[in-house]
Amino acid sequence: MDPNLLKKLNAARRERKAVIAVTDLGDGRDRLVHKGDAVAGDLGAALEAAFRTGKSGLASVEGREFFLNVHVPPARLVIIGAVHISQVLAPMARMAGFDVLVIDPRTAFATPERFEGTDLADDWPEDALKERPLDAFTALVAVTHDPKIDDFPLIEALRAGCFYIGALGSKKTHARRVDRLGEAGLAASLIGRIAAPIGLDIGAANPPEIAVAILAQVVAALRQRTPAAVPARDEA
Amino acid sequence: MTTETNLETLDPLATAESWMLAGRDVAVATVVETWGSAPRPVGSHLVIDAEGNFAGSVSGGCVEGAVISEAADVISSGEPRMLDFGVADETAWRVGLSCGGRIRVYVERVG
Repeated sequence: MDPNLLKKLNAARRERKAVIAVTDLGDGRDRLVHKGDAVAGDLGAALEAAFRTGKSGLASVEGREFFLNVHVPPARLVIIGAVHISQVLAPMARMAGFDVLVIDPRTAFATPERFEGTDLADDWPEDALKERPLDAFTALVAVTHDPKIDDFPLIEALRAGCFYIGALGSKKTHARRVDRLGEAGLAASLIGRIAAPIGLDIGAANPPEIAVAILAQVVAALRQRTPAAVPARDEA
Repeated sequence: MTTETNLETLDPLATAESWMLAGRDVAVATVVETWGSAPRPVGSHLVIDAEGNFAGSVSGGCVEGAVISEAADVISSGEPRMLDFGVADETAWRVGLSCGGRIRVYVERVG
């Protein structure tokens, strides 16, 4: 492996760019191809297919064997609320391979000391999400249970089609939330996508255990794409 | 110990770069093909230095030992190697995959 390729590959991964490391298994030569780079012929077609599916694999082109290692940006997790659960969930989710962003306008909560190593925005979600909009490759977890903070990002997440949307709060809190989102003009079927009570039903009893329940539900949504089929954690 | 350090040791390609920048000889092993129930998907990396330190995984523990010893040869010769592991071949008795799958692992030196 070319040392420069290793450096460029790691830089692209840090910048959330989609790239493929192409290795000629015959002579060991390699190069990095960015999404959108023009590559001619059958290899170009194989690269295009690999970017589309996100799957790494071998490609035989004109009698030569290439290995295409696809690196697409990891799924993102946006956490609304720099609370105790988030202090555990953020590093756990980063270990699981997610790009994590924590948003909380309450500067007493959103301190670098409480979130060492985690990307943190001490702004209102209205402002923070303007710079980094939600998308289908993002999971949104709202854990402040303050409607002033949680409602806007929940609505944005439903509109952007986030692959997972979860909100902390009791059944009563969630019922009131459903009413508010309905009044804001969102269809009941859309509001039904919100996982609430949040997290898998594993009997989680404290913030770290609740973080495990939430992360497991996010992974299930990412890998199985059936969040509705996963039983919800029963929250008091 | 910060979380940042933990995360870097979990990312084999980041580990390979930091070892390389520290002047260490490094080999990168990559799963290029799998058949049946393989423990790690195509594209997974194990990185190894000349002293046998390693990060990442290509099989979840079944064949890492064999890959690490092959990597020592690859680091000294500079010649990449393709390794096959599975239950069907003789090496299965020593380092086979208990899950019954087969994997092909490409091992190359950095630089």
